[in-house]
Amino acid sequence: MPALPLEEAGKYVAGAYVVFVLLLVVYLGIMAAKLARISRELEELAEVAERQGQAREEASSKQQAAEPAGVEEARA
Amino acid sequence: MKTPSLRTLAIVCAALIGAGFALVFFYAPNEADQGFIQKIFYLHVPLAIVALVGFVVAALHAIRHLRSGDPVHDARAYVSIHTSVIFGVAVLITGAIWAKASWGRWWVWDEPTLVSFLIVFLLYSTYYPLRYAIPDRERQARYASVFAITAGAFVPLNFMAVRAAESLVHPRTFATADGGLPPTMWLTFGICFAGIAALWIVLVRFELTAKRTSAQISRLRRAIDGSPSPGGVGARIAPGAAGTPG
Repeated sequence: MPALPLEEAGKYVAGAYVVFVLLLVVYLGIMAAKLARISRELEELAEVAERQGQAREEASSKQQAAEPAGVEEARA
Repeated sequence: MKTPSLRTLAIVCAALIGAGFALVFFYAPNEADQGFIQKIFYLHVPLAIVALVGFVVAALHAIRHLRSGDPVHDARAYVSIHTSVIFGVAVLITGAIWAKASWGRWWVWDEPTLVSFLIVFLLYSTYYPLRYAIPDRERQARYASVFAITAGAFVPLNFMAVRAAESLVHPRTFATADGGLPPTMWLTFGICFAGIAALWIVLVRFELTAKRTSAQISRLRRAIDGSPSPGGVGARIAPGAAGTPG
């Protein structure tokens, strides 16, 4: 086949390069969604870790508060 | 040798692809026979070469996985195949566009180069159903590695068979008797090829980093509340895919 005129060939060339860019954008979009999910999971874990830390602190302060009363009861 | 960071690689990749595409449209001359439509060559051919080399790289990782049993190599083989299949989609679409412009048809079934690439692409497309049809993760990784090695060996054999076959319409660009490409086209092709190869490496490392992070989150979750794996992105690959990215 003879070479296509520039106007017609330009459409095909632009189409090929646009397809490449679109595929790249779709791939990056999927990866961005995955990263967002990872970020959400990390936030959840940070909250769980903070709650566990608070619960441990509360438990240890209750234990310290209960200890003198226990000692007095033992003396009585 | 120190491996460059993902950020450095991404910057190099963007610079190479930007420079390559600028050379394609502002420096490389129009080809005498095909004219402006030949500009697709600088995108289509590097994508095809990088996709095929990526399949061979996956086979090498799979060999290392079978030798060592280290799930990191399995994850690398998986991600290499995944990225190469995506590149394969781009090769088939850009090739079809070029075929329509040059030959007047979207696809030519008599052409060994086209059909052989389609066979390789379809072969690797069966990797996912094969892999996820096996529930046991260790067996899954082992069978996937055997598949990657067998299919990886098929790629160079296929390439040699196609080179040996008589081409009907698909051009032979490199190592032709009449000298092949002029230096300006070689330079443009070289930069584009380096850019596409860098893109493949960046995407592979990007995905491996995401999988590694996801696997570490699963470990952390189990350590914190003893709950089972949340099934994040890294959890679909064998446990322990949290190795350093390739």
